[in-house]
Amino acid sequence: MKILVCIKQVPDMESKFKVNAAGTWYSGQDLAWRLNEYDEFAVEQAVRLREQDPGSELVVVAIGPERVKETLKKALAMGCDRAVHIVDEASFEKDPHQIAALLAATAKGESFDAIFTGMQSQDRGSAQVGVLLAELLGIEAVTTIVSFACEGRTVRAARELEGGLKAQVEVDLPALFTCQLGLNTPRYPTLPNIMKAKKKELTVLPAASLSTEGPLAVTAGVAYPQKKGGALILEGEIGEMAGQLVAILKEKTTVLR
Amino acid sequence: MKALLVGEVRQGRLQGASYEAASFARSLGAEVVQFLVGNPAALPQLAGPLYLADAGRYGEYNPSVHKALLLEVVQREAPDLIVFSHSSYGWDLAPRVAAALGAAQVSEVVGTAEGGYVVPVCNAKLRRTVRPQSAITVVTLQPGAFAAAEPDGTPAVTELTTEATGRIVLSGYAEAEKGDVDLSKAEVIVSAGRGIGKPENLTIIEALAKALHGEYGASRPVVDSGWAPHPRQVGSTGQTVAPKLYVACGISGAIQHLAGMKKSEFVVAINTDRDAPIGEVADVLVVADLKQFVPALVEKLK
Ligand SMILES: Cc1cc2nc3c(=O)[nH]c(=O)nc-3n(C[C@H](O)[C@H](O)[C@H](O)COP(=O)(O)OP(=O)(O)OC[C@H]3O[C@@H](n4cnc5c(N)ncnc54)[C@H](O)[C@@H]3O)c2cc1C
Ligand SMILES: Nc1ncnc2c1ncn2[C@@H]1O[C@H](COP(=O)(O)O)[C@@H](O)[C@H]1O
Repeated sequence: MKILVCIKQVPDMESKFKVNAAGTWYSGQDLAWRLNEYDEFAVEQAVRLREQDPGSELVVVAIGPERVKETLKKALAMGCDRAVHIVDEASFEKDPHQIAALLAATAKGESFDAIFTGMQSQDRGSAQVGVLLAELLGIEAVTTIVSFACEGRTVRAARELEGGLKAQVEVDLPALFTCQLGLNTPRYPTLPNIMKAKKKELTVLPAASLSTEGPLAVTAGVAYPQKKGGALILEGEIGEMAGQLVAILKEKTTVLR
Repeated sequence: MKALLVGEVRQGRLQGASYEAASFARSLGAEVVQFLVGNPAALPQLAGPLYLADAGRYGEYNPSVHKALLLEVVQREAPDLIVFSHSSYGWDLAPRVAAALGAAQVSEVVGTAEGGYVVPVCNAKLRRTVRPQSAITVVTLQPGAFAAAEPDGTPAVTELTTEATGRIVLSGYAEAEKGDVDLSKAEVIVSAGRGIGKPENLTIIEALAKALHGEYGASRPVVDSGWAPHPRQVGSTGQTVAPKLYVACGISGAIQHLAGMKKSEFVVAINTDRDAPIGEVADVLVVADLKQFVPALVEKLK
């Protein structure tokens, strides 16, 4: 079986974000970068499927600047066989349609049986790239999966709906799956596997060699949201704040008996 | 401008998407046409034309078929804008339709500004304004961002059919696991988020819940990690609660969590990050390490 997993490197969401000079995205400076949380589940599921069928090959792909190599290495250490880095310094400016076009150009001709993506990226959060990629490749997409089981060429998966309800679905491969939080328990790369990953193949492709598709949408601006909330902010010494909070709860709520 | 609004039906029941889409379309002054794969017994009570395909025949979830049906309406009506909810139905179907039409899609719209659509990025720490460049635009609306329109009449129905088939089979639904706690009845809820760091620290949260005569709840990562059972999960894929007091400990305030608790009467957040989006719905934000602050609070409550 041939398997592909698409991953994105994103900043830690607890970061303090600054708007970049052009006013079109966050500034990439002073941020800690990590594997998109949703994609961790995608990598884990892809590795499990790969392990299920020993003759398989699992490829991991990421679009972005030089630093995304670190994230690709993590995926290799988790069990992917080889990596493709689509180098693009300006990937943050590309819309989901352009990102999907780059991924489709990479996947074309490889006839992947199963493709995994995250349900959404934590920074952009468009929840589009996976489905768009499937459409470009002409295969089915099953979104927001929280369980996955493959037997032969048939996959049984649960899609998560609102309120905790799940839809049981069945699809034959080839197909693409977008992975939701909690789909599995992603493994930690072990030290021996981190060492092994260093020797795995990492192919570098310039983005412009794959697709020069233009954008369907552009960013007019990025800004801090207007603070609507009038939260009272308590800062300082722990005991003092605890005392203040008890006084507030006595005054503003009826729950203290 | 003409807007095509996409409704949703689940387990035979109409979902709220149609009414929120209608109020959004009206705010743009758009002429409205509706689309629904559903049944005649559960139609949106909104006047105007509605294209209806039978969910009994085409399934409630059958994306390739729903796409074909919707594209048929696009051909007949030539809308400028196609409006979905940013729901498990909407984010699944919208990109398929956008791809087929070569249309830009803007996801999770919360407003309009400067000739574009406003969407949250980075867990709502930033807002981005997006300007589509395509002839047709597809949008998904953040649930709750636009007040639902009041019912104003009965739609004029045109039936739709298609020969299209899909390769995904919906074999059934599985209900959420039921537990021994009903958070929707609790007057006080103290919730643990990923900020508790490890499962042992849940006892700190439980101790505060007990001191306040309430129940403990949790955010999704805490439940996904198996530290708390699903009936304790607050949010769009868990419980919707409205207690007199909600205490969010180590919870960042993602929209899917807020969807489950923003109707709480009084909200206290305890977070080390002064900029955490939970501050937007909190009445009081205590900037502190919960491992120190929560025990100190329990002590003061004795
Ligand atoms: C379709 C969909 C449905 C979802 N449904 C739900 C749902 O029903 N419920 C839900 O909760 N989420 C849901 N989510 C997930 C949601 O998007 C967030 O990922 C999740 O709510 C984050 O949980 P959290 O706030 O606990 O963790 P994080 O976002 O990781 O935040 C942890 C917070 O803890 C703070 N912190 C860290 N250490 C400390 C400390 N020592 N003391 C105090 N504070 C500290 C940090 O500053 C941070 O703000 C859903 C997502 C999707 C895509
Ligand atoms: N730059 C990228 N490189 C590789 N995969 C990506 C990239 N951006 C998005 N994806 C994939 O598409 C999914 C959905 O992203 P998005 O549409 O941005 O919410 C992510 O979880 C990734 O699996």
